[in-house]
Amino acid sequence: MNSLTPLRFHVPEPASRPGGKPDFSGVAIPKAGSTRRPPVDVAPEEIRDLAYSIIRVLNHEGQAIGPWVPDLTQDELVAGLRHMMTLRTFDSRMQMAQRQGKTSFYMQHTGEEAVSCAFRIALGPDDMNFPTYRQAGLLIAHDYPLVDMMCQIYSNANDPMKGRQLPVFYSSRKHGFFSISGNLATQFVQAVGWAMASAIKGDSRIAAAWIGDGSTAESDFHAALVFASTYKAPVVLNVVNNQWAISTFQGIARGGSGTFAARGLGFGIPALRVDGNDYLATYAVAKWAIERARLNLGPTLIEYVTYRAGAHSTSDDPSAYRPKHESEEWPLGDPVIRLKQHLIAAGAWSEQRHKQTEAEILATVIAAQKEAESFGTLHSGSKPSSRDIFEDVYSELPPHLRRQRQQIGV
Amino acid sequence: MPRMTMIEAIRSALDVAMGRDDNVVVYGEDVGFFGGVFRCTQGLQQKYGVSRCFDAPISESGIVGTAIGMAAYGLRPCVEIQFADYMYPAYDQIVSEAARLRYRSSGDFTCPLVIRMPTGGGIFGGQTHSQSPEALFTHVAGLKTVVPSNPHDAKGLLIAAIEDPDPVIFLEPKRLYNGPFDGHHDRPVTAWSRHELSEVPEGHYTTPLGKAVTRRQGEAVTILAYGTMVHVALAAVEETGVDAEVIDLRTLIPLDLETIATSVARTGRCIVLHEATLTSGFGAELAALVQEHCFYHLEAPVMRVTGWDTPYPHAQEWDYFPGPARLGQALRDLVEIR
Repeated sequence: MNSLTPLRFHVPEPASRPGGKPDFSGVAIPKAGSTRRPPVDVAPEEIRDLAYSIIRVLNHEGQAIGPWVPDLTQDELVAGLRHMMTLRTFDSRMQMAQRQGKTSFYMQHTGEEAVSCAFRIALGPDDMNFPTYRQAGLLIAHDYPLVDMMCQIYSNANDPMKGRQLPVFYSSRKHGFFSISGNLATQFVQAVGWAMASAIKGDSRIAAAWIGDGSTAESDFHAALVFASTYKAPVVLNVVNNQWAISTFQGIARGGSGTFAARGLGFGIPALRVDGNDYLATYAVAKWAIERARLNLGPTLIEYVTYRAGAHSTSDDPSAYRPKHESEEWPLGDPVIRLKQHLIAAGAWSEQRHKQTEAEILATVIAAQKEAESFGTLHSGSKPSSRDIFEDVYSELPPHLRRQRQQIGV
Repeated sequence: MPRMTMIEAIRSALDVAMGRDDNVVVYGEDVGFFGGVFRCTQGLQQKYGVSRCFDAPISESGIVGTAIGMAAYGLRPCVEIQFADYMYPAYDQIVSEAARLRYRSSGDFTCPLVIRMPTGGGIFGGQTHSQSPEALFTHVAGLKTVVPSNPHDAKGLLIAAIEDPDPVIFLEPKRLYNGPFDGHHDRPVTAWSRHELSEVPEGHYTTPLGKAVTRRQGEAVTILAYGTMVHVALAAVEETGVDAEVIDLRTLIPLDLETIATSVARTGRCIVLHEATLTSGFGAELAALVQEHCFYHLEAPVMRVTGWDTPYPHAQEWDYFPGPARLGQALRDLVEIR
């Protein structure tokens, strides 16, 4: 006879599923302006609380309050709003283009626009991002040509990636945007290496690493934190917690307690949690971490608390695993609407200007789309050369690839 | 000219490369202060400082992942995986990232990276200190794979690898670190100093990647080998009296097919020799290429003498290792086929 209690296997479940009522009661949201702003040279153990709180600047009335209010001018904030609106418009046009069969695949940023758009503005022009597939705001806020992005998505003859990469896997060294890979988390540790290189050379450039909540479970997340901590690498380690990894809620990657930010503390890395839908807070926290890196104070981990309002990709249907209107209930709202309200409250914006800007941006994006489509889309128009299959595998074409290229007659 | 062991030659290559180019950095587990568990990096930290040669956490994916980031920045990292048997945690970084960075970014980012790893058996290393995983690299588009067989080549190939703009997997047969080894484990170990290829120039030189070398000319059969197996091949040829041509491939990718095909076209027979397991090993690729390019010259099937399709055992080392007895038998069998 066994008197021991049978063990029970635990599998975390989200608060609600399709057909259920969205429930974010588990997400504790501190009041805007209520979180302290420590000096950048603070010891990580002195700001443990910031890894469990959420830094917020914009309150419900759209006012910017508290110690994290950044020194952005109203013009800069309007520019930020335009970046986010451009990304959203770009997303909807490309989503539609995929539905029209003009490309095979697309991934939207809906609800997460503030994270990458604000970060780019906080970063210097020569710093390097190691993004995931959901940070196109880094390109848009750095004036990367929309036409080039679209040509990449369409895999036409003007695609800078020569048709080799899935749509949205951009690369631009010039714009501080490292080549995107399909393999999750790999870039997180590469960013640390880039930052180590900058330190080895006595450079002043820093690196920014990007990862989603789900991918923090990959071993490279751990490796990145170890190396960043050991060598005090000048890197900002960005975790975008949008609550979902395809169909898997963030509790599967995180477990039942703690936060993603808190994972930095065990490595001796200062960690902050920020309202990812608050452009001002996101910018301010990014700026703080970037300054730390620039002053050789070492890495910082930032968790951006946001919500993936759209589907994971054009191949995904979220209604199969989460309540249909869950995104509308997300307590941190919509980053575009919140910045718009702030600017209106500050007297720097109006409903009319917003509508006018929306129309302008749509016209710009449509014009770019027309130009991109004039070069071709996935199944029509110009295509990258078949020779491009064989180029760039190595710096020079080795004999075996020369033979293979001859076999297809190019 | 000074005589060097393979360890000294590798150390000299790193020293020369670091001296010539400030962008060359060397790191890995125990590589810095201690100078490496095989002494290959001894003195480098003292000479070039901790920012050029340093110890790394025990994380193969971290070592290779950071090195890819450094290479993308513009450095030329030459990192060490302590044993090839422990490269698997880094395999994702090697295959999905290092190998493809140039291709997927259309040359926007490149990865001039060398990953050194001691490889091969014959040292009672058991399952995780003896493997020969070269086929797991040669199968990956975008990687170059190098295996030296002597101190002179080890230095020249390593400098060439570090100067190469592409990622290079540099496999060092640890059985050859201190002296040549022909598989006669029952005989006393010989030192490199008695071998002509231990004469190594002190300064800079390169041995080009993609070029094989014929170690012994012969007419009866062509033996394709690399690393430790080159010495096994030469011993078996001497012991059997079969007039075999022994080709040391040196680089597996890019492969010197011209040297191979020219030789087999003349001899009409071919044996492929490697320590790695048989099935889907690099020998399969060599056999297929020889068959494809020399079909009308072949007088017998291409044979493969390799490790068995098992994990590398400890106690049964010499029943596993494809030594001169097994190769000798294959040579005799092959020349008898009419």
